[in-house]
Amino acid sequence: MSKRVGVEVSIALGDAVKMVNPDVIAAYPITPQTHIVEHLAELVAQGELDAEYVPVESEHSAMSACLGSAAAGARTFTATAGQGLELMHEVLYVASGMRLPIVMAVVNRALSAPLSVWGDHSDAMAVRDTGWIQIFTENGQEVVDQTICAFKIAEHHDVLFPVMVHLDGFHLSHVIEPIEMPDEKKVCEYLPANTNPFTLHPSKPIAMGDFAPPVVFTEAKWAQEKAMLGVKKVINEIWDEFAVKFGRTYKPVECYKCEGVKNVLVTMGSYSETAMTAVDNLREKGEDIGLIRIRLWRPFPFEELRAVLKGVENVIVLDRSISPGASGTVASEIKSAMYTEKEKPTVKSYIGGLGGRDITVEGFEDLIKDGISDRNEYNGIEFQMVGVRE
Amino acid sequence: MQNLSIYASRLVDKAEPFAPGHRACIGCGEALAVRLAAKAFGPNTIVVNATGCMEIVASQLPYTSWELPWIHTLFENAAAVASGVEVGLKAQMRKGKIPQEDINVVAIAGDGGTFDIGLQALSGALERGHNFLYICFDNEAYMNTGKQRSSATPFGASTTTSPAGKAQSGQTSWKKNMPEIAVAHNIPYVATASHSYPFDLIEKVKKGLSVKGPAYIQVYSACPTGWRCDTDISVKLGRLAVETGAYPLYEVENGKYKMSLVPEKLKPLSEYTSLQRRFRHLKPDEITGIEARLVEEFNRLVEKAKCL
Repeated sequence: MSKRVGVEVSIALGDAVKMVNPDVIAAYPITPQTHIVEHLAELVAQGELDAEYVPVESEHSAMSACLGSAAAGARTFTATAGQGLELMHEVLYVASGMRLPIVMAVVNRALSAPLSVWGDHSDAMAVRDTGWIQIFTENGQEVVDQTICAFKIAEHHDVLFPVMVHLDGFHLSHVIEPIEMPDEKKVCEYLPANTNPFTLHPSKPIAMGDFAPPVVFTEAKWAQEKAMLGVKKVINEIWDEFAVKFGRTYKPVECYKCEGVKNVLVTMGSYSETAMTAVDNLREKGEDIGLIRIRLWRPFPFEELRAVLKGVENVIVLDRSISPGASGTVASEIKSAMYTEKEKPTVKSYIGGLGGRDITVEGFEDLIKDGISDRNEYNGIEFQMVGVRE
Repeated sequence: MQNLSIYASRLVDKAEPFAPGHRACIGCGEALAVRLAAKAFGPNTIVVNATGCMEIVASQLPYTSWELPWIHTLFENAAAVASGVEVGLKAQMRKGKIPQEDINVVAIAGDGGTFDIGLQALSGALERGHNFLYICFDNEAYMNTGKQRSSATPFGASTTTSPAGKAQSGQTSWKKNMPEIAVAHNIPYVATASHSYPFDLIEKVKKGLSVKGPAYIQVYSACPTGWRCDTDISVKLGRLAVETGAYPLYEVENGKYKMSLVPEKLKPLSEYTSLQRRFRHLKPDEITGIEARLVEEFNRLVEKAKCL
């Protein structure tokens, strides 16, 4: 078994990218993603990674260059955060519409205004509908593992979709964690060469990104959606294979102490570990509470969620972003997933941790207690903001 | 002339990578220019197309007019996508993933995608020194969306967003000097060309592809629909544009300027403008004013070609 070493998560992510031996990395630096691209530039400069590092002039061009390189058949990586992800926004649709297997680390960051470089999930939620596979990670180990898995998922011939690996800005990207780096040889065995059958090459001319009149466009989008519907099965297989090879198991939805409970807290990303401690403390005090963490955000794990929420009466959802004029996006999604069920739980939307605001273990305990206390009441409030000073 | 078919076939590749059957307007100078340029690309070429007229007319699903590998993504990022294609191929060849060979990467865009919204991506790509050719097919407005002005629109030209009216006489700014901006990036090759001088255009495209590093070629592309002129005078307009000094043909190799053609005496600008209704609102003294500036710019270019 490999040794666990203390390393900054961003650096570990860069090392994981090195292990998959990418051909092209195109990136523009943005806080808090910088350490990833700096480390990769360093690896290329030192000759430790044989890849083309393209220091583009904007995130829009970063994604555009990745698009070109993936279309040419090259294994391609980039990383971004917050405003950078938004500047890529329109290119993201093209990457997924063209079914290009690009892997991107997104170091989640709040969106301006007011300007904030700190973490929340606003950036990820804003690109929710771009057709990318989105995986939310909880800790450094998962960041490393999912970065490797992301290439295998993206390049799988039954998938061929771009993948975002989300990690919380600073709360995860900048912390030093004990991480077990997978064995490079085993990674090589696990991840076959990128053999995309549809690439730009004069030996076999194809046209990509044509213009579609109304008579064709719907069919093109349906074809894309049909492909996306089959993606989850492949992701599960790839994660199962990872478990066999590396000993760590990943599922679209993860449960923590939620067998037989009536109340669950739902989180995404790195806050889940803090929430676990809160759940532990409250369970010791006899409270009825479990934790559910959503790892796979797109495609959305409808069946898995319905399965784990069976028998649950009260779902307390913490969103790290706000959909202004509505509520928390994850809460909305869970409500929509549960609407078809005969036994519908109450879904309560809480919003917290915006712009890097900490939520402590005690904070989670308060949130859970609040969520449990008025379980059967809907008091006309769509959501509550956690820890806000008024 | 009777032996033209014998000689012409030796001068120009018979292959048509930009195949007939596209849906360009009648008399489209840009389609002609693209066709001529494509003849110079050679079969080992990947084309990256920005959103614009040529993308729309040549790629409607399920058809394509391109017999070369072709990709279109967005309006403003052709240069960045081409950067990615170029490095993607380079890395894979170096690592032995695909065979070593010379593959031309050509980005094509209109003046909107080049002068305006795509300028940043183009500047970035030129600065980084990617080995690719960027061709701007310049029809002097956003013709694809209905002849709105661009920064390539000539002073005084009436477009739908720089209309001639009681208070304004068409476009109020001067055509952006895009070739000079490209030159300022210290790239090995910059040129202007025109569909009305086909051999010159083809030779420049070949030269642009042969240099190591980025090359920029800007091609005059008459647009009868947008310029509101007769559909059978595109080639004539291209010649007049050069003969009046409105669109000088020159090249800049490693910073050294060379005029491709210097008329003995420039023709009056009105010979050119009078054939296009986009200029018809201009009074004779306004034409004279524009002419004075164009002549001055032309002379400055001729001087540069002499000095350097």
